[in-house]
Formats: sequence, C-alpha cells, structure tokens
Amino acid sequence: MITKRIIPCLDVRDGRVVKGVNFEGLGDVASPVELAEYYSANGADELVFYDITASAEGRALFTDILCETARRVFIPLTVGGGINTVADFDRVLKCGADKVSVNSGAIRNPALIGEAAKLYGDQCVVLSVDVKRVDGAFRVFAKGGREDTGMEAIEWIRRCVGDGAGELVVNSIDTDGVKGGFDLELLEKVCAAVSVPVIASGGAGCIEDFITLFRTLPGVDAGLAASIFHFGEVRIRDLKAAMAANGIPARL
Amino acid sequence: MVAIIDYGVGNLFSLKSSFAAIGQEAVVTADRDALRSAEKLVLPGVGAFRDAAEKLRASGMGDAVLAEAARGKPLLGICLGMQLLFDRSYEYGEYEGLGLIHGSVRPIADVIARGLKIPHIGWNALSFRRQSPLFGRIHDGDCVYFVHSYYAADCGEAVLATTEYGAELTAAAAKGSVYGCQFHPEKSGDVGLNILRAFCEDV
Repeated sequence: MITKRIIPCLDVRDGRVVKGVNFEGLGDVASPVELAEYYSANGADELVFYDITASAEGRALFTDILCETARRVFIPLTVGGGINTVADFDRVLKCGADKVSVNSGAIRNPALIGEAAKLYGDQCVVLSVDVKRVDGAFRVFAKGGREDTGMEAIEWIRRCVGDGAGELVVNSIDTDGVKGGFDLELLEKVCAAVSVPVIASGGAGCIEDFITLFRTLPGVDAGLAASIFHFGEVRIRDLKAAMAANGIPARL
Repeated sequence: MVAIIDYGVGNLFSLKSSFAAIGQEAVVTADRDALRSAEKLVLPGVGAFRDAAEKLRASGMGDAVLAEAARGKPLLGICLGMQLLFDRSYEYGEYEGLGLIHGSVRPIADVIARGLKIPHIGWNALSFRRQSPLFGRIHDGDCVYFVHSYYAADCGEAVLATTEYGAELTAAAAKGSVYGCQFHPEKSGDVGLNILRAFCEDV
C-alpha cells in the first residue's frame, strides 16, 4: 500500500534557510544542506526547496546548494521559486532536483507547464498554487500570496493538470501560519476535481492536524509544513508513528 | 568501477552521487570501451519507452549492453531502464526492448483498481518473491520510491519482488546477472543505497 508522504519545506534566501531552525545536533542550523540531511535521516519522505532569492548571486548560490544537497541526500527533491522558463527547469534538474514546482511563472506564462511536461514528463512538473477566499470564492494569488489574480482556483488547477502538471501543492493562505489545521474545505474540492497527487500545505500546527487531514480526505497524498518541523514542534518520527497507530499508511 | 550508461535519457546526477555516497567509483559514459572495462553496468532511464529504446539503439549502447550481458557482466536497469530489459512494451503502441528478461511492459491502468492515481508515485513496500543477493542487505516490507505508469507483466519466475498498488505490480526482476528495479534506489534513502551496495559487492 502506498504510504502518505510527509514533506518538510525549506525556504532558502542567499544560501540560508529563512524560517528559524531550532535543532539539537545541527552544527549550522541555517545550512540548507545540513537541514536536508537531518530531515532525510529522520523520516522525511521528500524535501521541497523554495528559492526566495531575488538577486542573481543568490540564485547561483542556490543552485550550488542544490547540487551539494543532491550529493548527500537520497530522497526525492522538489525545487521551486523563480521558475519562469524551461531554462529554469533545466538549471535545477541538472543540479539533482527530481521535480520542479511552478507558481507565479505559470500564471505569467500559462504555456510553461505544457512545454516543461513535454520535455521532462508530467511527473516532473508540480503546480504550486496559493489560494485565498475572496467573497466566498477560492481565488489564485500570485507573487507569494500578495497579488489577487482574480482567477478561480479550481478552474486554474484543472487547466494546469490538463496541460501536464503531474502533482499539486495546494497552499491555503487562509490557514497558513494559523496552526489550526489544514484547509479541508479547499482540499476536498481540489481532490474531487483532479486525479493527480495532491500535497496539502498551510495550517498544520500539531500531529493531530495531519491525522485529521489523511482520515478526512483519503485523496490527499502528502502533507507539507515548514516551521513546525524546523522548530521541533512536530517531530517527523513521532508523526509517522502516530499515523501508523491510526491506520494511515506511513513509511517508518 | 560502475558504468552508468549515458544514452541521452534523463538526468544522472543523483544516480552518480548515490554510488559516490557508498564509496563506489562510477562513471557516466557512452563509450563501449568503458562498458567493457567496467565491472558493473547500470542502465538508467526516464520518459517514454519508444523514445528511450530508439536512443539506446541509435547510440550503439543497446548492442554494447547486450554484448556485456552475454558475457555475464552484472547489469542493473532502473525505472524505464528496467522496462527496456524486457521483450517489448505496449506504451503507446508496441515496441521492442532488449529481450534480456522475458516479459512485456504494460499500463498499470490495466490491472489496478479504478480510482487509484496514475502514475503510481511515492514510497511503497517491497514484498520479496524469491531470494536474491540484490536484497541481501534490506528487509521484506522495506519501502522504496516509485514513479511509473507502466509495469513489467508476464515475467513469471523472473519476479524478485512486488509492490501492492491495487494489484501486485512487479517491483524488481532478474534473470541470471541481469537485474531490474522499477523503483529508484538512488531516491530510496538508506534502503536504496543498500540495494546499490549489494549490486556492487554481492552480485
């Protein structure tokens, strides 16, 4: 039976992990490579790296870090942030990324997903979408959640999957950072609309939130979180054990 | 030394790194002499069968692999590289493979329960079907990382391990010194590295 995946997300700026990290046994807590190794050794099923650098130097540094991570970590690696062209796909795939996540780049250029899927296969193209409720509708936000595109989220997701997005990261802006649980209403609508794997993001505050997610929505394949893992509020080993104890398939 | 066969399909950075991580020298190569002098061969692959089979033939690497396999040199096919080891594939048509292991590659949609997602992506458990030195350093039930929409069917005795995804799908197969893994050992954490270690040292 396929297991439900637990995915820590690392935001990287100028070569450092942005959200604070608080772990014993890590020499350099802001080193993305060390943190990736730590997570890999402690039960993470996959890693997501988001490059939130604005400068060209920062971008070069990011690709160096990616290469170093892929030399030392042997679980799947998804990379996002600043992916606007097929050349960006090429740049990160050559550094050892397995999947590439597009967000604002696909909003600016809707042909990007189709082009990338043709070149690298659907399984390589991940659509990351930031969703927020506006006047009772789910809307797609761009630029890290700052800009309302006016697009209806489920329609956008359907279209991108039709173009070749092989997986979805669905991030709810409404629940993100609140630590009150995942956005089950949004995720249920997404699961009903598409048949590709769905990664839930935004809102996890404790182990129980993941249990509720997987129990309520069997169509969700993975749960993603950042700070609760970085700060040790939820340890992945404990989370996996709790999943198994609740009958949710987990890789222990 | 391990030769990772480069025939223009996919990205071999992680695969090469995984051998470095277990202290094995590996080269990515499209050179016949390098294949001849290597102790072990790895046939990688991602993408579509037809495309990969054509590139394998056009690059001359297909014949080189057959020649080395005929001499009994251990060969490990990974993912699409595993599927290429079989007689034929029915991915968007019917295409010839290398024929090193008897069987055919068919859509998982033909056998899995309705409603399951395709591709089969993620970590799933191995069920051993027979003993193999390839799995001498891991355990029955260990999870490995899969990404595929097709699987090796009708391969009978060759099956080494299966995985359950609405049906028992072939996860690994072997005939003589020719081995194939449908999953990605280079993305399967310590379990995967132990499979590669066994391929290097015990096969």
